[in-house]
Amino acid sequence: MAAKKLDKNSLEHSLKRLEEIVESLEHGDVALDDAVNLYEEGIRISKECAEKLRSTELKIKKLSKGIEGQFTLNESDEV
Amino acid sequence: MSTEKNVITITELTRQIKQSLETSFPRIWVEGEISNFKQHTSGHLYFTLKDEGAQLPAVMWRSRVASLTFPPEDGMKVIARGSITVYPPRGSYQLDVEQIQPLGIGELQLAFDRLKQKLAAEGLFDPVNKKPIPEFPDCIGIITSETGAALQDIRSVLSRRHPSVEVILASVRVQGAGAAEEIAEAIEHMNHYGGIDVLIVGRGGGSLEDLWAFNEERVARAIYASKIPIISAVGHEIDFSIADFVADLRAPTPSAASELVVRDRTELLEDIGNLCYTMRGAIDTQISSFRGRVASLLTSYSFNRPRDLVREFSQRVDEIDRSLGVSFNHIAGTALHRYDSLKHQLQALNPHGVLKRGYSIVRKEGRIVSSAWSLHQGDEAEIQFHDGTISVQVEKGK
Repeated sequence: MAAKKLDKNSLEHSLKRLEEIVESLEHGDVALDDAVNLYEEGIRISKECAEKLRSTELKIKKLSKGIEGQFTLNESDEV
Repeated sequence: MSTEKNVITITELTRQIKQSLETSFPRIWVEGEISNFKQHTSGHLYFTLKDEGAQLPAVMWRSRVASLTFPPEDGMKVIARGSITVYPPRGSYQLDVEQIQPLGIGELQLAFDRLKQKLAAEGLFDPVNKKPIPEFPDCIGIITSETGAALQDIRSVLSRRHPSVEVILASVRVQGAGAAEEIAEAIEHMNHYGGIDVLIVGRGGGSLEDLWAFNEERVARAIYASKIPIISAVGHEIDFSIADFVADLRAPTPSAASELVVRDRTELLEDIGNLCYTMRGAIDTQISSFRGRVASLLTSYSFNRPRDLVREFSQRVDEIDRSLGVSFNHIAGTALHRYDSLKHQLQALNPHGVLKRGYSIVRKEGRIVSSAWSLHQGDEAEIQFHDGTISVQVEKGK
């Protein structure tokens, strides 16, 4: 059983957070110190997202279930 | 020549055959493929039903044609119901067709409709039960045949649009015996495996029979039970499968499913760029608004009041200083003037001044002699002039 990836690392979570940050900043009711912190966080998240999107090779793994009910993932051959 | 041949007429023979055939095959179902299909201007249909070994001419009278639920055509496999009739003028027999059903398709269609109704009644197609498809899935599960065209299509679309996504394939048979079970089990496995954000279940196009696994109840129930949102992608653009109705989202083809499931990476990067730009703009605006506030505070009346006060005080000090100077000069001047005049007065009283004018002072034993009577003959005295003192002796007194 593969561990469910932390939601925090998902692209969806990151982008939602980035949108939140932009919204708070645009709203303009954040103290300057907090705004600067938010801005820095936003820049960091955007870099992480871009990093995640940078991979250029699609990898397909094949899921199979063993006789004892355990799952295994194999790098799929070029099919 | 007593052997008398039992000769009968053709008409009689044909009558006997007709009677025999028509009573033996009064109402039958036959299966075969349609060929030589012709619709006569009279409205009657003429065709031949055949299989590998034989053929049977058939006719369907106009009055019955109206009951057809599909247009028959050459090559179509059908089941026809009717009775055998003999047409004496030509010595031929034929099937007088009452009803035709497409072979297989009719039953499948019936099963499809029955299952669709049943599952709809149970609420399996209700929009309220549809799970939202995640906007940015990290991990996509694919259930299809690893040798099928569908996987190639999905692979190529994902590679082009969003290659950084993780893809997990469960390879299953997508047609034939056992396909439905494998598809349903794969859906369950994907759910147990965990970590998968969205599933694409499907195959490329094919005939209704080829796609049949996706119309099976087992598959429909597995899709409904899945905790992972499912996009169905069953071949054909036009026809819907039961899987399409149960799935959370229906894509017309596997390629379309792939387009739906991921955002284009280039667009996404552009969006992120725009978000950064907006963020930058927002913070710049905020900073310059703070700058503006600081600037306006710096020029505000209250903020400048202390400086003004200092200036006022400084001015006052200057004024006091100035008036002090004036008074001092006045006092000093007066004093100096008095000093000068007193000095002159003093100078006037100075005995040395008198001496300068020719007077002298006579002293005897250090005391000033102011009377001639005080000096006698032979006394010694001193006479002080303005420029020195001399000693003298009195020659003659009074």
